[in-house]
Amino acid sequence: MIKLNINGEERELDIAEDTPLLWVLRDEVGLTGTKFGCGVAQCGACTIHLDGAPVRSCMTMAADAVDSKIVTIEGLVAETGSKEGKAVQAAWRALDVVQCGYCQSGQMMSAAALLAGNKKPSDADIDSAMNGNVCRCATYQRVRAAIHDAAKRLEA
Amino acid sequence: MTIQQKIPGGRPLDLSRRSFLAVAGGAGVGLVIGLKADPALAAPSGAPVQFNPFVKVSPDGAVTVIVKHLDKGQGVATGLATIVAEEMDADWATIRTEFAPANPALYANLAFKAQGTGGSTSIANSWDQYRTAAATARAALVKAAAAEWKVAAGEIKVVNGVISHPSGKTGSFGQFAEKAGDSAEPTAAPQAPQFKEPKDYRLIGKEGLHRVDNDSKTDGTAIYTQDLKLPGMLVAVVAHPPKFGGKPKSFNDAEARKIRGVEQVVQIPTGVAVLARNTWAAIQGRNALEVEWDDSAAENRGSDELMAACKDAVSKPGVATATNAGDAEGALKGAAKVIEADFAFPYLAHAAMEPLNACVELKDGGVKITTGAQFQSIDLAVASKVAGVPMDKVVIDTVWAGGSFGRRAVPTSDYIAEAVMIAKAIDGKAPVKLVWTREDDMKGGYYRPMYAHRVRAAIGPDGMPVAWHHRIAGQSIMTGTAMEPMLVKDGVDDTSVEGASNLAYAVPNLKVELTTIKAGVPVLWWRSVGHTHTAHAVETVIDELAYAAGKDPVEYRLALLKDKPRHAGVLKLAAEKAGWGEKLAKGKGRGVAVHESFNSYVAQVVDVTIKPDGAVKVDRVVAAVDCGIVVNPDVVRAQIEGGVGFGLGAALRNAITLKGGEVEQGNFDKYKPLRISDMPHVEVHIVKSEEKPTGVGEPGVPPIAPALANAIFAATGKRVRDLPLGDQKFTSV
Repeated sequence: MIKLNINGEERELDIAEDTPLLWVLRDEVGLTGTKFGCGVAQCGACTIHLDGAPVRSCMTMAADAVDSKIVTIEGLVAETGSKEGKAVQAAWRALDVVQCGYCQSGQMMSAAALLAGNKKPSDADIDSAMNGNVCRCATYQRVRAAIHDAAKRLEA
Repeated sequence: MTIQQKIPGGRPLDLSRRSFLAVAGGAGVGLVIGLKADPALAAPSGAPVQFNPFVKVSPDGAVTVIVKHLDKGQGVATGLATIVAEEMDADWATIRTEFAPANPALYANLAFKAQGTGGSTSIANSWDQYRTAAATARAALVKAAAAEWKVAAGEIKVVNGVISHPSGKTGSFGQFAEKAGDSAEPTAAPQAPQFKEPKDYRLIGKEGLHRVDNDSKTDGTAIYTQDLKLPGMLVAVVAHPPKFGGKPKSFNDAEARKIRGVEQVVQIPTGVAVLARNTWAAIQGRNALEVEWDDSAAENRGSDELMAACKDAVSKPGVATATNAGDAEGALKGAAKVIEADFAFPYLAHAAMEPLNACVELKDGGVKITTGAQFQSIDLAVASKVAGVPMDKVVIDTVWAGGSFGRRAVPTSDYIAEAVMIAKAIDGKAPVKLVWTREDDMKGGYYRPMYAHRVRAAIGPDGMPVAWHHRIAGQSIMTGTAMEPMLVKDGVDDTSVEGASNLAYAVPNLKVELTTIKAGVPVLWWRSVGHTHTAHAVETVIDELAYAAGKDPVEYRLALLKDKPRHAGVLKLAAEKAGWGEKLAKGKGRGVAVHESFNSYVAQVVDVTIKPDGAVKVDRVVAAVDCGIVVNPDVVRAQIEGGVGFGLGAALRNAITLKGGEVEQGNFDKYKPLRISDMPHVEVHIVKSEEKPTGVGEPGVPPIAPALANAIFAATGKRVRDLPLGDQKFTSV
């Protein structure tokens, strides 16, 4: 049995300690907004927040998250979510960033974490923070624009 | 299966199959895939009324558009919804969309005469059909209102979902849905009514409509195959042979079975499947398997050997001739200036973000498949054959796909067939979700074929081209598939030569030859198909001819495109917006390319910087597109932006290589996708047109590689013919 705090909820789960968080979230808890893309921390589709820091859940073992606060896309955009999360989501919607959409949860998790630590990121800051998030539809230009837009929303 | 999807700000929708009316003659009804949030939808409603295969209206006023094409990101659900909302004069806020079930009789792609999505045909083939469906539904609603109000139908107006009469009477779509439905005759081909004039459009071509999937893909609630969880479902992960054509001989599953959650291990024709209660256990189980493979029928050659075969083929006359106008070989002999160019193009993987997957349930003597289905007509036939059930016992529900770029439309339905094989191997005792890992997806074949080209082109004393002799060699995509009779003629697979065989430029002597190479590596269309390589050869050689003639590359092209106004139109627009002709600093280069594919025209101007270490940075791409009437301008821009990025990643560094028959790349560490730091600033300009709409999913891809190569030439004087660029370093001049 492992105790995890997911999106503010304490959960007790009957899983092996070395199970990657990705599969705990998706298969055990049913939070499918976090996506499986590569399994080896190369694409960022599975990005979640661990105590506010963006991590690749496919390479993070459940045991390593026991004393941390786990936030997924569902928690980021919920009523209780962060102000960065809400700004990012609003910007994503305003600019119609999504195409196939499969990588976008991960993109938004990385973007919200960037904005939490950098209120006004430059293009170079964005490229550096977002370079681990692959989008095969190549929505990158809108990702950049949406992060700038979210930064403006947070200023307001 | 029941999926609960939360409407932002509204009630959850019950998406169980039973909650919808069956389509007349249809096998089933698809899942609701997207909808607009609107308080008006929050009220409880009765059963929706199906007006025809494409439009339903609920008593609460919701208009549901049934989308016959797979939306894998290209935005077709939004496009078809816009067409219907426009022609019905519906309120955009009441529009929802739902994927059509597999039913070729009702939902065939009119360009293919089979149900499927591809070739950038979705909007083009649906344009009249969906307008007709919408206009028919609108007419039925007006008729019902006229009957109730006892007025002439011709006096009734419909504006933004409100039906009104000059007497002051008003009503909603929902109010008349049931009555109108009584008189509406569901039919696949309603009578052609009078369509709206483009000048009266209030949705088509307008800015500010958001995608129908914008909300659900932004808050993580959109459902993909990967997210499906059916009661009692087992997840299957398969050990595949390391070489194409290999088969399992024997296996030892002792270690796999020790893994908690692993339920069963079964041998199937394509490998050995591990079934588990969750994905992680299935992956671990697969990794713990020991399998002995039978490689006796496998392809053992590597990509070097296969490329050598292609290169050898283009050094000789082609086996087949695709185009032969004038006397290209004769004209080359007498020409003053001849340019010879050899090209090499590697295998490419589609590598969509969602690795391939499919859900299968065998029950009641039938099979039900849920997946991002792109080629339903073939998927139905394959599933029926593999499951051993009649075709009318196969149901396919389509869900959002996390990309495809062509990979989900497979003439063998490989991944769907494999899921059915597994369900059958366990006697249908549980629903099965087949999950391919990234490695399975990348090593699983069906690549853009490898090709070699040799072009010999000559200019006359005036600098204009007199001859163009083009040889192409590579595997055929269509040979051996159901499409062969349609697309392979006299030994020429049109998808091997398209974009070269129909050269747009006025060249008096043109010969295009093809030699088809046989290899055991499965190949497939990859976003823009033959144009992925032909445009590169054509557009870099024409550039070379312009420089050889001492002429400006844009002026030179325009002079050869006098009879091609739409090519010329996009070329002029892109050049003008890019500031073509400006003097650039040393280390900078600007290149151009223009290409028609799938009846859409795209020109791109690329700006590059040669960095101090000799690497290339792509700074900016200015694109112009002519795709006829623009249904959703923002979706068009998004597709061209994405096409540029997709093509650029391949041009810069993507290649699938094989050694001794085994694919060398398994994940994004070796098949390196374009990342945000590589993405140039992309500007998209749209040509205003009243021609019928054509597609935009693919046409943004072909010009990017040659425009990039031409920009590198402008900066460095070096021609880039082989793709990808890889780690090449350049020196600016």
